[in-house]
Amino acid sequence: MKILVCISKVPDTTTKISFIDNDTKFNEDKVQFIVNPYDEWYALVRALEITEKQGGTVTIINVGPADNDQIIRKALAIGANDAVRIDGNSNESFYVATQIAEYAKTQGYNIVMTGKETIDYNGAEVGGMIAELMGVPYISHASTLDVEGGKATLKRSIEGGYETVEVTGTFVVSCQKGMAEARIPNMRGIMAARTKPLTVVAPVNAAQLTSVKTFTLPPAKAAVKMVSPDNMTELVNLLHTEAKVI
Amino acid sequence: MSVLIYADTINGKVKKSSLEAIHYGSKVASLLGTNAVALVVNSSDNLAELGKYGATKVLKITNDKLNSFDPQLLTAAIAQAANSAGAKVVVFAHDSTGKSLASRLSARSKAGLVSGATSLPNLDGGNFTVRKNVFSGKAYADVNILTDEKIISLMPNSFPVVATDATAEVADFSADLSGINSTLVVKEVNRASASGVAPLPEAELVVSAGRGMKGPENWGMIEDLAKVLGATTACSRPVADIGWRPHHEHVGQTGIAIRPNLYIAIGISGAIQHLAGVNQSKVIVVINKDPEAPFFKAADYGVVGDAFEVVPKLIEAFKTLKANN
Ligand SMILES: Cc1cc2nc3c(=O)[nH]c(=O)nc-3n(C[C@H](O)[C@H](O)[C@H](O)COP(=O)(O)OP(=O)(O)OC[C@H]3O[C@@H](n4cnc5c(N)ncnc54)[C@H](O)[C@@H]3O)c2cc1C
Repeated sequence: MKILVCISKVPDTTTKISFIDNDTKFNEDKVQFIVNPYDEWYALVRALEITEKQGGTVTIINVGPADNDQIIRKALAIGANDAVRIDGNSNESFYVATQIAEYAKTQGYNIVMTGKETIDYNGAEVGGMIAELMGVPYISHASTLDVEGGKATLKRSIEGGYETVEVTGTFVVSCQKGMAEARIPNMRGIMAARTKPLTVVAPVNAAQLTSVKTFTLPPAKAAVKMVSPDNMTELVNLLHTEAKVI
Repeated sequence: MSVLIYADTINGKVKKSSLEAIHYGSKVASLLGTNAVALVVNSSDNLAELGKYGATKVLKITNDKLNSFDPQLLTAAIAQAANSAGAKVVVFAHDSTGKSLASRLSARSKAGLVSGATSLPNLDGGNFTVRKNVFSGKAYADVNILTDEKIISLMPNSFPVVATDATAEVADFSADLSGINSTLVVKEVNRASASGVAPLPEAELVVSAGRGMKGPENWGMIEDLAKVLGATTACSRPVADIGWRPHHEHVGQTGIAIRPNLYIAIGISGAIQHLAGVNQSKVIVVINKDPEAPFFKAADYGVVGDAFEVVPKLIEAFKTLKANN
């Protein structure tokens, strides 16, 4: 079993968001970066569980500049055999997906895993694009993944429920809650991560399909209107006649 | 030229989020001076009715290979329909189906995609700029699509439908899926909340509760409140993690992101990761016994009080309103 886990570098969940260069760029100053939680908690940990049980290798892949090595080592500390960084510098989903798909095509992976979306651009795009570029099935928002005898069974979340699907051969899966429990790296893992192979690969060309023109922060919220806990009739009236939501 | 909207169905009926997408697509079509064409697969519904939401034409595919959801096959079918309709823009709802299809179609057609759009395109200066939420609702990005063909997936509940009494012309379309060998088999489809309440991502009214409820045995009043309102229930992450509530109710940065018209948060502190999933709600009501709870800063209406006393009163007040209307 050969598994490729795609990880993205994102700002920590508590980051105060601001922009620079006339609101065209995210302000990275003093920002703490982490591995995208869905990639780490669900995709990576489930990949490790599968290979721990039935043998195989887990490779981590990230598309980005040398600064990203830090979060790649963090992911390696949780587990995985080795890592690949494609030395490109673009956040655009199609660019990232093209790099990963082109690399994956040459390596014979059984499963390519991503998180369900990144917490910065919230696109939920890269997994589906990789699958299309590789010409293989894509199961999005999976909350379980079991592999047995060349067949994978997955539960995929749909509005108000789930779907159970089976797939044989190579596939791409985007992972969410339910897949696995987050692991905290131990000292041995952190030490081992320092010497695990991290291969840097040159990017291939990819057309640019979109560009962010500007970022905007939402307008400040008007002050909250307080209602006495003894007067729920007033609250209901406000919701009915002022907010008009009921 | 046209704007093509993929309209997804449940048991043959077009979903609410897809009706929104059709209406949105018809507005995009007007901006571009063209028509909106809806694409529907394996539905026996009266599809001419989609004219109500702005489609002038409906392409209907009937194909056994598309009976269960296989994004690989369906994307190929949509690409063929888009080609035949001369679509410049393809619109999806940004739901579990649209997320699987829009990304595939984008890679297939090398067409720029804005996923989770919340506005109509802005065509100023020859651009095609669409707004979406980024950083989990903490900012917006205006994204310019650079390619000739464009794909947009529309955030559910961000574009209300307006119905007229127009009807659409319905035409059959046959997709050729012979070249594709998909290994995907759907074994089971389970929709727990087929009971009439809207699933969370589509819900307009949501009642949500957190650790302040002390234990799962106290959720009765939360469910009663939801029932009076016809609302969907949600919860904070720790509540789902300790098993007080099912995982599919977990909203927030690492759960489901929602944008209902009304979000009532009871006994939830309002941590930044929780807010990330609910801050797009139109109106937020917070009930918390701690006046310093951070959630009040993000609320429109606040009640400082004990949920166990406030919620029963709120239920009675809603019942009275219902009775008088
Ligand atoms: C990476 C990361 C991702 C996360 N993702 C999410 C996410 O997606 N969703 C999410 O919800 N959380 C998420 N969290 C957790 C988040 O930080 C908070 O811990 C969590 O939201 C708190 O849940 P809570 O408000 O239910 O509980 P608490 O923080 O314990 O708050 C309980 C509240 O109830 C009030 N209360 C107590 N008793 C009563 C009463 N009788 N009447 C009225 N009010 C009462 C208290 O005043 C308090 O404000 C994430 C955390 C991290 C680090």
